[in-house]
Amino acid sequence: MTARVGVITFPGSLDDRDAARAVRLAGAEAVPLWHSETSLAGVDAVILPGGFSYGDYLRCGAIARFAPVMTELVAAAGAGLPVLGICNGFQILCEAHLLPGALTRNAGRRFISKPVALRVDSTATAWTSGYREGELITAVLKSGEGAYVASAPVLAALAAGDGGQVVLRYAGANQNGSADAIAGVANAAGNVVGLMPHPEHAVDELTGPGADGLGFFTSVLRTLAAA
Amino acid sequence: MASAAATPERPQPYAELGLTEAEYTRIRGILGRRPTDAELAIYSVMWSEHCSYKSSRVHLRQFAEKAPPSAALLAGIGANAGVVDIGQGYAVTFKIESHNHPSYVEPFQGAATGVGGIVRDILAMGARPVAVMDALRFGPADAPDTRRVLPGVVSGISFYGNCLGLPNIGGELSFDPCYAGNPLVNALCVGVLRHGDLQEARASEPGHQVVLLGSKTGPDGIGGASVLASASFGGNGEGAKRPSVQVGDPFMEKLLIECCLELYAAGLVAGVQDLGAAGVACATTELAAGGGAGMRVTLDRVPLRDAALGPAEILMSESQERMMAIVPPGSVPRFLEICARWEVPATVIGEVTGTGRLEMTWRGEQVVDIPPGSAADDGPVYHRPLERPAGQDALTADDPAALPRPADGPALRADVLALMGSAEAADKAWVTEQYDSYVRGDTVLSAPQDAGLVRVDSGTHLGLALATDGNGRYTLLDPYAGAQLALAEAYRNVAATGARPLAVTNCLNFGSPEDPAVMWQFAAAVRGLADGCAALGVPVTGGNVSFYNQTGSAAIHPTPVVGVLGVHADVRQRVPIGFTVSGASLLLLGETRLELGGSLWALARHGHTGGRPPAVDLDAERRLATLLADAAAAGLLAAAHDLSDGGLAVALAECCLAGTVGAVVALPASPDAFTSLFSESAARAVVAVRPGAEDRVRGLCAEHQVPAADVGRTGGDALTVSGLFRIPLAELAAAHRGPLPSLFS
Repeated sequence: MTARVGVITFPGSLDDRDAARAVRLAGAEAVPLWHSETSLAGVDAVILPGGFSYGDYLRCGAIARFAPVMTELVAAAGAGLPVLGICNGFQILCEAHLLPGALTRNAGRRFISKPVALRVDSTATAWTSGYREGELITAVLKSGEGAYVASAPVLAALAAGDGGQVVLRYAGANQNGSADAIAGVANAAGNVVGLMPHPEHAVDELTGPGADGLGFFTSVLRTLAAA
Repeated sequence: MASAAATPERPQPYAELGLTEAEYTRIRGILGRRPTDAELAIYSVMWSEHCSYKSSRVHLRQFAEKAPPSAALLAGIGANAGVVDIGQGYAVTFKIESHNHPSYVEPFQGAATGVGGIVRDILAMGARPVAVMDALRFGPADAPDTRRVLPGVVSGISFYGNCLGLPNIGGELSFDPCYAGNPLVNALCVGVLRHGDLQEARASEPGHQVVLLGSKTGPDGIGGASVLASASFGGNGEGAKRPSVQVGDPFMEKLLIECCLELYAAGLVAGVQDLGAAGVACATTELAAGGGAGMRVTLDRVPLRDAALGPAEILMSESQERMMAIVPPGSVPRFLEICARWEVPATVIGEVTGTGRLEMTWRGEQVVDIPPGSAADDGPVYHRPLERPAGQDALTADDPAALPRPADGPALRADVLALMGSAEAADKAWVTEQYDSYVRGDTVLSAPQDAGLVRVDSGTHLGLALATDGNGRYTLLDPYAGAQLALAEAYRNVAATGARPLAVTNCLNFGSPEDPAVMWQFAAAVRGLADGCAALGVPVTGGNVSFYNQTGSAAIHPTPVVGVLGVHADVRQRVPIGFTVSGASLLLLGETRLELGGSLWALARHGHTGGRPPAVDLDAERRLATLLADAAAAGLLAAAHDLSDGGLAVALAECCLAGTVGAVVALPASPDAFTSLFSESAARAVVAVRPGAEDRVRGLCAEHQVPAADVGRTGGDALTVSGLFRIPLAELAAAHRGPLPSLFS
């Protein structure tokens, strides 16, 4: 049976269409979910896409975390539902305390939009199981507040966890000044992942820097099939 | 109205609102009495240069009169934006508009709201906006004020466009002292719709409801209305200091886009107009004039951010992120329901009547009763005097052929590096990397490519290409030719990606129309552009005029910025500028003459702008473009790049740096190496031919009568010109990529 992957649209979500396309390219059905709904419609996994939910007012992701759909999402994530937050989605997951740390203003204080080199540092998550550990991939970084920060004990714990909770690191220049060059993290269980770069913008050569990002979407299908 | 009737001769501040005495007298004649303050507000904004095109209209007519027959045009000049058929049931609407003055006063918000305004223009046509572009011109790159204005403008565009979710697919960045006090910020938006989905700006059925949706109305951008308020309401100074530049909320605009598209799709909208310059005044007047039926509006119902606003201020407010829709009464509940789902405030503020009049009340009193066409369509039209500028002959006589030229390989090498490192030709990544070019997942080409290319249909691979170009130096030297060169360059750029040019939009940036020398430039440029479009077979679908770009009596270079739209039958066959494969043979297409007038070489090496611009040959442009599109469609080209600023030298250097592979160039025996490298003869391009396709490309060149010269091969890690010089790509990259970050970071 085809897996059903939900993509939540908050007011101000922008990359929802792209996330849905990546899901379909990977071979799953993309199910649109609306921020004010209280049900997840029985989907097998959920993506919180990039964008500027609620205009990034107050703080990136700070308002979206209170959207009605988030109550069910937090509960489902706790029960093991695979959840991927990309860019603004990552910010929302941090605000919702599903992931540790926070994302702050880029070091250069300017928006950065460009392909970046990344290293997959953990394949022990629902969204990276199809990669090789240490694999170098290219995806698109496009954010103004993408600098990952966390306290020293949290950073130490992330690096030390079983298989590591640091999912992705910037392999080239660490342009936004993220702590430990962290580009993506997972929760301890590995079902919730947040990424600052956009894998959904690296799914074909025509519109992105290549197809390296597709692995996140095929990985979750593998994870679901194995479960 | 009662007050106007009771005090027929009360002095009114028409001059402060920008109306002449004759215009004011005409308003009194139309109404048969003195206007109310609210009516005066409406006429003053609707008859402003910005809204009425009163100085340019007599010239702009040529775009329609000389328009080539084109089956592609679904809606032309006069609508918010032209609409072009691109096949498969799709239509495209695109337009470029200036936000020059606000961007100088407040660079961030000025530029941001420029993006917002043009996007609503496209939305009002029924189209989904799919991409934006920006053509920017500033004073000298190293001038202190440029460091204030440029980063602000760029971050404003970045902030608004990125938050809106529209990819920025290209544009221009140029510097010249003439723009120091008048930067040019021209924003373009393109949208896609199905043929049947075109929306119109008219209110024609009595009983239909007038709905204002989007942001609340506040006191922003009401320079003129504040004059009115203080002059006619006692002038106690309260609230007198208000920002004349609007503040943008891209989040609301994003919601407005999605909301409007859902309203259109549900068939709930009978007419729609965006609110831009002159806000409610302009939208109500144009909708009423467009439908001819009449409209009654209760101004008290307009949701306000500031309760102290009077009727004139409500009418003139330029608060952003607002639209006005005409809705059949039975559809109103569903309409409001969809707005609520998107959390977009929407309010019924009036209805369409059968009176033919535009009527408005405020606090129970009638404050407006005018024939709407008199404000929207029958504004003043001026035949401004023209006069060839006093210095024009001296300027064209100052031929750059007399300038000292590099004599040997090392000197030529130094000039290549100097041009590549000049602000004009330097890498623009510092700017374009602040713009999201990826969102929506359909961007196939974006900066620094020759044109932006967006996929329209992922099933059929249909796409649209867009380029904007303008060269103020050329237009200064010869406005007629300069406008045609801008058109030709954009046309060539679109073709270089493999697309077929289809239609034209323009943003005409000039000094004061009251200066006969400026009007002479304007008239010649418009004539040149209209003639050029006729010759190339691409109609003008709309555009924008920005006058009064001057500091004191010094006008900017006349700067028509031309946008060309092309259709790409299969975006998978797009041709990039970068060299990525070795061993591809390089062909220089077109004819090279010694043409240095207004060239980048003359400017960068000698600070010289004079002589005559390159000769225009539109027939050659047409043949070249057809050749490029045919070769791309057959998959024969690995890369293609048009030749413009800096000639072959800059084009080849850009091709090497945009890819990863160098080139070994063998210049033709004639003309001389300097001319070959730096002349800016038009109607030229350089192509890298896929190995094995040489004969077929040669065949196409012969078929289209395009001269083609073998100029070497791709390969290596340097730009080498045999017998003259070698520049390692790393050195070239350092010269090219260094300037902007070091100036603006």
